[in-house]
Amino acid sequence: MDGIHDMGGMHGFGKVEPEPDEPVFHSQWEGRCLALNRAMGYTGVWTIDQTRAGIEELPPDVYLSSSYYKKWAVRLENLVVARGLADADEIKAGHALRPGKTLKRKLAAADVPNTLTRGSFARPAQAPARFKPGDRVRTKNIHPATHTRLPRYARGRTGVVEALRGCHVFPDTAALGKGEDPQWLYTVLFEGRELWGDSAEPSLKVSIEAFEPYLESA
Amino acid sequence: MAHDHDHDHDDHEHGSELNEMQLRVRALETVLAEKGYFDPAAIDKIIEAYETKVGPHIGARVVAKAWSDPAFKRALIEDASKAVLPLGFLNRVGDHLIAVENTPKLHNMIVCTLCSCYPWEVLGLPPVWYKSAPYRSRAVIDPRGVLADFGVTLPAGADIRVWDSTAETRFIVLPMRPQRTAGWSEEKLAALVTRDSMIGTGLPKQPSEIA
Repeated sequence: MDGIHDMGGMHGFGKVEPEPDEPVFHSQWEGRCLALNRAMGYTGVWTIDQTRAGIEELPPDVYLSSSYYKKWAVRLENLVVARGLADADEIKAGHALRPGKTLKRKLAAADVPNTLTRGSFARPAQAPARFKPGDRVRTKNIHPATHTRLPRYARGRTGVVEALRGCHVFPDTAALGKGEDPQWLYTVLFEGRELWGDSAEPSLKVSIEAFEPYLESA
Repeated sequence: MAHDHDHDHDDHEHGSELNEMQLRVRALETVLAEKGYFDPAAIDKIIEAYETKVGPHIGARVVAKAWSDPAFKRALIEDASKAVLPLGFLNRVGDHLIAVENTPKLHNMIVCTLCSCYPWEVLGLPPVWYKSAPYRSRAVIDPRGVLADFGVTLPAGADIRVWDSTAETRFIVLPMRPQRTAGWSEEKLAALVTRDSMIGTGLPKQPSEIA
């Protein structure tokens, strides 16, 4: 979706503000929020792409005015209610008012070390890769109203395939609950001027990780 | 307020949000725990892991080894997930880690313009600025301006390459080994490797900075 989350190239957000000796969490609730999201993610009720879509679907004013972990908290509330894992009145009450559902997986403390590694998103290919390193490709000019990983600034642009990164779960379908539909993934390299016009620094190069359905031959 | 540790570092939220969020997250945790969706002890374990075990010290050891061992460096550039696995820093490593090498002519920078994708296993959780609108918006269009925000000026002749992490591939920058470090142990070299140097918004420390 063409949401506020798709920020590449936007102006007006000001300077980057590095924080010396930044703590891992700025408040205790941030750590608990992250851990809750991980623990609930482990149940397998939703996929990583659905969680990203859950952030993107927040209203733009909420997105911009909420801290990172606040967005995670609101997203988790929305997900558990939408999937029937808890009801809004329970969250308001701060206690379960009805029994929980039976889920396929439940995170035990002893399993935590194994969850610190990201899962694998590589999948067997459905067809041979259409492109190879060195091929010139153009990204499609698409504007789906749902989750996609093709950023706006890199749509309808011509670049070169730099590397083939294997075949992966396709976020655009996985986010909709329509299956993994594995697709080849490429690193596609663009000249800065192709993306930003003549004002770009002449030597700038920017790459995206692009799934095959985003690309056509150029 | 002085007694409240949380407030001291809390530059992105007002006190009211802090209080609101403490209550809100506690309510959510209580409901989900009472529903039996996870072992409540797992929550503390996850927090402990990110506060004490996983962090940029892991990436720093990978970089220091690459600086010391040419065969390891080749393997790292070829397939970082595979190369890092036998080091035993972690019990497992995700499948899609990619190391990109800085040279005198090329400086690499990592961003996720769409969300906050970051190589957690080797760098820990991303800093606030990495997830912020200023960094995500500007890194792809004005990376040299972003570097200036960090007080970093690249040597003349260094071009910039930005990697937007738009899929499940994750990137770590292999910075250049500082001069005057011949004969240093991997442990000593690792002390030069900053988190930001592995994102591409910083450079490694100079030997004089850790003496």
